[in-house]
Amino acid sequence: MSSHVPDDLLYTASHEWVRLNSDGTCTVGITDHAQHALGDIVYVDPPAAGRDVSAGDACAVVESVKAASDVYSPVAGTIIAGNTDLSSASEKLSADPYVEGWLFRLQPSDVTALQGLLTPAAYRDSLVACGD
Amino acid sequence: MALKTPLYDRHAELGARLVDFGGWDMPLNYGSQIEEHHAVRRTAGVFDVSHMRVVDIDGAESQAFLKRLLANDVGRLTRPGQALYSCMLNERAGVVDDLIVYRRSVGYRLVVNAGTADADVEWMVLQGTPFAVRLRERRDLAILAVQGPEALATTDLLFGDAAGDVRELGGFESAESPDGEAWFCARTGYTGEDGFELILPSSDVVATWNRLLEAGVRPCGLGARDTLRLEAGMNLYGQDMTAETSPLESGLAWTVAMGTDRAFIGRGALERQLAEGLRYGQVGLLLEAPGVLRSHMIVKTSNGDGEITSGSYAPTLGRSIALARVPVSCADDVAVDVRGKLLAARVVRPPFVRRGRIQINL
Repeated sequence: MSSHVPDDLLYTASHEWVRLNSDGTCTVGITDHAQHALGDIVYVDPPAAGRDVSAGDACAVVESVKAASDVYSPVAGTIIAGNTDLSSASEKLSADPYVEGWLFRLQPSDVTALQGLLTPAAYRDSLVACGD
Repeated sequence: MALKTPLYDRHAELGARLVDFGGWDMPLNYGSQIEEHHAVRRTAGVFDVSHMRVVDIDGAESQAFLKRLLANDVGRLTRPGQALYSCMLNERAGVVDDLIVYRRSVGYRLVVNAGTADADVEWMVLQGTPFAVRLRERRDLAILAVQGPEALATTDLLFGDAAGDVRELGGFESAESPDGEAWFCARTGYTGEDGFELILPSSDVVATWNRLLEAGVRPCGLGARDTLRLEAGMNLYGQDMTAETSPLESGLAWTVAMGTDRAFIGRGALERQLAEGLRYGQVGLLLEAPGVLRSHMIVKTSNGDGEITSGSYAPTLGRSIALARVPVSCADDVAVDVRGKLLAARVVRPPFVRRGRIQINL
């Protein structure tokens, strides 16, 4: 099963995607590979705005029928919005993980930290390595 | 190396997501677990449950042996073709396994869980030593569960001249081919819907499976089987009861026949529990807030803490439900520790869903 990995995003090894917006904020979600692996998604709990997070902090929960999965902040910063639309329409995450299925927006405390994330090519390689 | 049912290649061809279940590579789903769940509630689905073990028991003392081995009373099976759900207990009245026992024209047929099958058979052999009985593990047989309001419509296809006999079976009744080997069919299931379970030689199961799929029956995986049985308020061995828990504190008192002086294994321990008073009971829970209940979450009640034994999202309800073991006589309003947040839940009486209809107030 091959999944969609857009070229204009950055990625984490734990299957989050990161979009750097023109205002210096980041939008974060989970990848097409991740939503496929989870199966039918039935509940999403996005983070509240104003929360300060470190890189790797669990800050959102995506629940499939089978299990709950944490979503981690890719970099340190402050949450400026959670996608509360998903709380009542979690199917949007499966249908459109990269646009309507975004989970939260973040103001990075240091934008250069984004350089530590995976490029689309590196993320694709990691999926090949794990047999996707 | 994982065990494979005779349908393994078909599951792979159908794109199933395969997972380990009790040492077997089994289909979790064929794409969408939720769509498979709805198919069983609305039309018909078929599950490969060939990982479960069939054990045939015959011999002069079969009935006496099973009256000792099982907590439910096979004496209730007054004629061939009748079936009974029962627990098999240890001396401490913990549950070794749950099973269905079918009375046949000669002897009995038991179907036990896959994960516990080896230990079950070992226990049966040990307990059977004083009795004139013969136990045969039937690893040459496969099992399909055909479930849903349209399940019985497939009987003409599968049973030919005997289709009418199968359709006329009442709940927990079985019929079989004249030779007792070509097919064995029971009006039983694990979904809360109408349907049947079919035991047949492994060499025939692929053809039968294909015929069902060609007739429009949807292949369903263990994921949907779990949400269907939970909505139906049915226990899952290893979660809702174990070798460490009493059937009386696991919602299974109705399966324990204490009415006569029958000396079954675990009876002494059950009598002590009853004399001391039961501390816990099983209830259903409906989550009143957004979120998903999961097994092992702590339930805060007016009488102390309990624990969820099975929890999930319930596709028919669009809400999260659970089975839980809670202190007896607690108030209906409880809170569940869901990943560090206390969320409101309400005690309800299972089943949550039966024959396609919601049985609780949402």
